[in-house]
Amino acid sequence: MTLKASERRRARSATGRAVAINGATLVAHAMRQIHPDVVACYPITPQTIITETFSEFVANGLVQTEFVAVESEHAAMSVCIGSAAAGARTQTATSGPGLALMWELLWVASGSRLPIVMHLCTRALSAPLNILCDHSDVMGARDTGWPILFSEDGQEAYDNAIQAVRVAEHPDVLLPVISTQDGFTITHGIERAEILDDASVRSFVGEYSPHRPLLDVEHPTTYGAWDYHDFYFEHKRQQADAMEKALGVIEAVGQEFGKLSGRSYGLVQPYRLDDAEFAVVVLGSAAGTLRSVVDDLRSRGVKAGMLRVRVLRPFPTKAVAEALAGVKVAAVLDRALAFGAPGGPLFEDVCVALTTNGVGPRLVNYVYGLGGRDTLPAQFLQAFEDIRRIAKGASAQPVVRYLGLRES
Amino acid sequence: MSQDWRKVAPGGTVTEPGSAVTVETGTWRSSRPVVDYDHCVHCMICWVFCPDDCFQTENGKLVGVDYFHCKGCGICAVECPKKCISMQEDVLA
Ligand code: SF4
Ligand code: SF4
Repeated sequence: MTLKASERRRARSATGRAVAINGATLVAHAMRQIHPDVVACYPITPQTIITETFSEFVANGLVQTEFVAVESEHAAMSVCIGSAAAGARTQTATSGPGLALMWELLWVASGSRLPIVMHLCTRALSAPLNILCDHSDVMGARDTGWPILFSEDGQEAYDNAIQAVRVAEHPDVLLPVISTQDGFTITHGIERAEILDDASVRSFVGEYSPHRPLLDVEHPTTYGAWDYHDFYFEHKRQQADAMEKALGVIEAVGQEFGKLSGRSYGLVQPYRLDDAEFAVVVLGSAAGTLRSVVDDLRSRGVKAGMLRVRVLRPFPTKAVAEALAGVKVAAVLDRALAFGAPGGPLFEDVCVALTTNGVGPRLVNYVYGLGGRDTLPAQFLQAFEDIRRIAKGASAQPVVRYLGLRES
Repeated sequence: MSQDWRKVAPGGTVTEPGSAVTVETGTWRSSRPVVDYDHCVHCMICWVFCPDDCFQTENGKLVGVDYFHCKGCGICAVECPKKCISMQEDVLA
């Protein structure tokens, strides 16, 4: 959505307070402003800032949330499920192995249609031991029935955290939502950001009215009942439907948030794609670097562009296909390896989006930035050089390539 | 519940209290508890221990077993202090 300049100015002057702050602290502020009934989380690098800062807000009486200091992430998600089923607005935060430990419960949360919000600070998975950023953790949760939002910077992590509440609780959705920010790059990187005033956030998220809460004794409800071959399939189909509907809800909530804040992001963010012949598709914080790479190439007359995918689940198939329709060759960047798969997780989604919509730039896949490997402009320039050579007839094999890897 | 996927309760929640009484768990059973009433002292230990609330009583006396729900776990036979519950082969009719 594009806001008129006057709308943008009005939104800013009504709410904007600019601060220099890192992404994790920003999200802790978003949580304070959302004021959930219950937060259960366990500190884990690089998410620890969120747990520490938010529990400090609770200890200092800035927020009346029931903060549950759990003994593990498995317990954190279990508490969230119980609390959300009881009817409480519930949130958690985690990273990498913490998310992996929640995995069993991610299905229970989505299958029980509990609108929990999780703030995920992306981190690599062991072994070898690594605490830095990549997207291996979130890709493991990709098909667990949670809508997943990616942010490019701290500002968007804050904005997405607030919007996630409205998406999760929407009656057509009723699904738990993951809102991500890249570990360290965003969680610890200090940037300028605008914090809305508390009242605006409170009124944007609104009063929570839970669907069939356990504590409503007038309408007794059982959660987690036996569901065999007789109805399990129907319940799963309903979840798929809720996921499809989430796409429209994410767009609508984003537009409403844009009116409040002057910032709205859409499902995907095309950058200089209109007449682009060569494009790169990316998730998360690397988009910032890519914008400068695209500008650099444009200044040298190369028709380069970028597509940042903001919503990984539900995957915005149509929007991706439309954005890439006119491109000759595109490189899809994956910050995760899918061992033995035909390509990385984002690559596969983009392939399907293009094939099923009958448009087709040639595609290659680049794995980059694993385990916190620096993502430098030179790497992305190399990807653009490769796809320009492919456009001139060079081989598109191998399909899966690596950027910033030691190889001679 | 309707047969269309759009109509089932979201999240598989059950909104009718006590609906488990309509679910026959007796089909799981491979052996059935049979009470020897000549030796039963009506202490109700079996009634306390049965996980499926299968022991039927009247005026403080044990009068029967609900085989619609009894899943044949055998807990009652083990716990009966008079050893007057025997697990007998359950032959499908
Ligand atoms: S436990 Fe045995 S003795 Fe006691 S009531 Fe049951 S069957 Fe009778
Ligand atoms: S066998 Fe198990 S289920 Fe059946 S009556 Fe005895 S205790 Fe109850």
